[in-house]
Amino acid sequence: MQFPILSVIVFTPLIAALLLLFIKPERKTEIRVTALAAAVFALILSIWVYFSYDKVAGGYQFKEMYNWMPTLGIGYHVGVDGLSAPLVLLTGIVMVTGVLISWGIDDRPREFFSFLFILASGVFGVFVALDLFQLFFFYEIAVFPMFLLIAIWGWIKTREYAAMKLTLYLFIGSVVALVGALAMYWQSGIHTFDMLVLQQANFPVEFQRLWFPFVFLGFAVLGGIFPFHNWSPDGHVAAPTAVSMFHAGVLMKLGAFAALRVGIMLLPEGAKYWAPWIMGLALVNVVYGAFIAMVQTDLKYVIGFSSVSHMGLVMLGFSTLKPEGMLGAGVQMFSHGVMTALFFAAVGMVYDRAHTREISKLGGMSKPLPWVALAFIVGGLVSMGMPGLSGFVAEFPIFMGVWKVNPWVAIIASISIVITASYIMLVIRRTFFGEVPVELEGHISSVSPLDKVALILLSLIMISLGLFPSLMVPWVQSGVQNVLHLLGGA
Amino acid sequence: MSGNIMAVLPEILLLILGILILVLDPFWKEDNRRINLGWLTTGGLVLIALISILVSRPVTPQTYFGGMVRYDWLGFSFKIFFILAAAVTALFMMDIEHLGQRAEAYILLIAATIGMSLMASASDLVMLYLAIETTSVPLYVLAGFLKDDDRSNEAGFKYLLFGALTSTVLLYGFSLLYGISGQTNLYGIAANFTSFSPLVLGVLFLVLVGLAFKVSLVPFHFWAPDVYEGSPTPVAGFLSTASKAAGFVVVLRFFIVVFPGIAANWELILAILATLTMTLGNFLALAQKNIKRMLAYSSIAHAGYAMIGVVAYSKLGVTSTAFYLIAYILTNLAAFGAVAAVGNATKSDDMKAYYGLQRRSPGLALIMLVAFLSLAGMPPFGGFVAKVFVFSAAIEKGWVWLAVVGIINSIVGVYYYLIVLKYVYLYRMEGEEEEMHPINLSRPYSMALTILSIGIILIGAFFGPWFAIANNAALNLF
Repeated sequence: MQFPILSVIVFTPLIAALLLLFIKPERKTEIRVTALAAAVFALILSIWVYFSYDKVAGGYQFKEMYNWMPTLGIGYHVGVDGLSAPLVLLTGIVMVTGVLISWGIDDRPREFFSFLFILASGVFGVFVALDLFQLFFFYEIAVFPMFLLIAIWGWIKTREYAAMKLTLYLFIGSVVALVGALAMYWQSGIHTFDMLVLQQANFPVEFQRLWFPFVFLGFAVLGGIFPFHNWSPDGHVAAPTAVSMFHAGVLMKLGAFAALRVGIMLLPEGAKYWAPWIMGLALVNVVYGAFIAMVQTDLKYVIGFSSVSHMGLVMLGFSTLKPEGMLGAGVQMFSHGVMTALFFAAVGMVYDRAHTREISKLGGMSKPLPWVALAFIVGGLVSMGMPGLSGFVAEFPIFMGVWKVNPWVAIIASISIVITASYIMLVIRRTFFGEVPVELEGHISSVSPLDKVALILLSLIMISLGLFPSLMVPWVQSGVQNVLHLLGGA
Repeated sequence: MSGNIMAVLPEILLLILGILILVLDPFWKEDNRRINLGWLTTGGLVLIALISILVSRPVTPQTYFGGMVRYDWLGFSFKIFFILAAAVTALFMMDIEHLGQRAEAYILLIAATIGMSLMASASDLVMLYLAIETTSVPLYVLAGFLKDDDRSNEAGFKYLLFGALTSTVLLYGFSLLYGISGQTNLYGIAANFTSFSPLVLGVLFLVLVGLAFKVSLVPFHFWAPDVYEGSPTPVAGFLSTASKAAGFVVVLRFFIVVFPGIAANWELILAILATLTMTLGNFLALAQKNIKRMLAYSSIAHAGYAMIGVVAYSKLGVTSTAFYLIAYILTNLAAFGAVAAVGNATKSDDMKAYYGLQRRSPGLALIMLVAFLSLAGMPPFGGFVAKVFVFSAAIEKGWVWLAVVGIINSIVGVYYYLIVLKYVYLYRMEGEEEEMHPINLSRPYSMALTILSIGIILIGAFFGPWFAIANNAALNLF
């Protein structure tokens, strides 16, 4: 039997979370070191999985399958394909950088890391799940720690409101999808939750068209799709830095990924029927999100709405149902995850020192915080889709795919690039350049080495992916092939 | 031993334990009475459960004592759960003033457990009625056990009045059943109810009133909040779990054995009652400021969820209800246990008493987290799978709207359970340092709560064996 590497990745954070609860709360350094060790361990394993994935062979690899409850056809069935392997890697990266950034948390760090890791376990679990029941099981595990993480360690002004709003939105979305999943289970008549088997179930076209919107939108809530995106900027802003990173960087991908895996892959006929509608919603996401981001005065809200806009691109890519669009969406999930984690990390560092996120009250931060400024600029260029960075690798194919389906949508969506460029440059100029405001003069201490490590790591990943797209594109391509096969084309 | 004895072995052992406590109690000194009583009761009950599991597992369903009791897996597995619930309740009772050192309280608990065990296996109208009364009367006394506490007196008296009233209605229904069919055996009566008529509906309604009171279905739920609030907390926990589950076992047996011929009619009636129960329970729970009242309304709502499985009227439906009850017994016992622990320390059941609890006792806060998230239906806790199973059973039989109602309700549920967790984890005590007021769990509490929490996670993560138990129980009905 081969080494159950995926299970080890999934349960490492969970076991670490339990171990942390046994350390005395006063021993904060031990707690942090343990957390970092677990995160690094998970990252190393996920790097290993990523690079040893055989992209020529494609399909699902590192599969493990155990009976969980055979009477109802529930199994523990995991495996990664070309789409989920980058996301597992992304989760590992965000986990490590999140721990590094949260080193300074002083209020109950034990509980903080413990909840954060339960969340991470849930996220890993969803990305590798090949069983529908298991997917829901881990999906919910990924949702509920969010409430406590935001409510306890969040921004004091909005944390209670934002935490509850977020939890209810996501819970409602997931249970709506659950009803759809149960309907699939009974409709299939083969009494299994195994998604690889359900893919072959050939649901009637009418059934697929009826249930697709419920399943897809139920999950897409977490992907921030318009008009259910409202929880996300509030949630991002209220959350503590590491949680924002996790949340925008990984959790929103969870929604998009599950919408793809369960919605499009299990109900392909429904996807074909509803694709224009999804494209319309995603277009609103892209353009409207960018416009709203432009008028924000709070730095974190700018990034929050830019996430809505960028996640719209992912959905837009899915809705093309074309190889180019899907490929771009797959890369965009990874690229945006890293980029947004970097953004939130940078914003968090500025806020921790300046104690304000109002853009008008900031300025000249590049002098005291050169590393942060540099990282933010890299992130900004990625988000504008500059060639040579990962954003370009992702966005260009998406627009190509959209053009094939409907050139007008592509033209309208491309407006967002201009708007993104304008607000990002505006933010960079006002926050990092110009004069340091008098109140902040001399109050800005430099960032710690751990913070620098996190910033450099995230920036390097985006640059190397931009320069060498072959580090990711073949993986995603093999995953997309699989999806297209189910859709009946290519 | 003969099957006769095996069929009622748990009841016989319970009776022996009760007598043993009664005899030993006068010999104990005042100082160690609490310890002796609590541990003897708990130890005895656990031992009875173990012996029963080892010796008296049922093989094929069969009736004994002239058709009075049916010896099957449905009755047997729930007997074990009632006995274990009583064991945990006995641990919780130890630290309650004016209750923990009184032998009567433990004997009443055991007496009620005997009644519940018989309820689970009764297959004759006479036996069933006696079992229900044997359960109820000790519980009336236990609810009003704190003589100096007005609210406890009110609780006991209110429970008695409502209980007596609905019990009369139930008895009237039973007499009509006997009148129509000429016999009292449940399995014999069934032959007379194959087609629908107004009279049958009337009988069904009368029986339903009596049983709906036991499981606190809306509109027969009025007693629950007041009784739970006033009763000593462990007793409230016992009422809301074991007593309710016993009611459900009777509901399952009654509706599926006696009225299968008119299932289409009662399915709709129960579906409407389930909808009302979930909705009213959850929405009233939103407004509560007292945690025991909130848990009372939440337990009303949970009766509604469990009822969904009965409505589905299929093997999976009954199994899912049984599974729901198992998960619910553990979860709600843990919730009430945690409330009792906080109540002992703060002398208050107000939500305000929970501010800053995490800083006062991290362990207790973690247990509340487990219990409340399980009530809310989050994995990896028992409540999640239980809910998925009942909804799944409903969708299988085409009750999609009922599943949707259940899901909307569980969203409301998530809201108020999370609010409590917010108080526990986020809020601070007013004007006090939490570190100055730590809450230390006594040994019985920490033991019981730890076991319950582990049980909740075991049910939620490794649900196969539990589902098999529930499935066994359900199969015996068809």
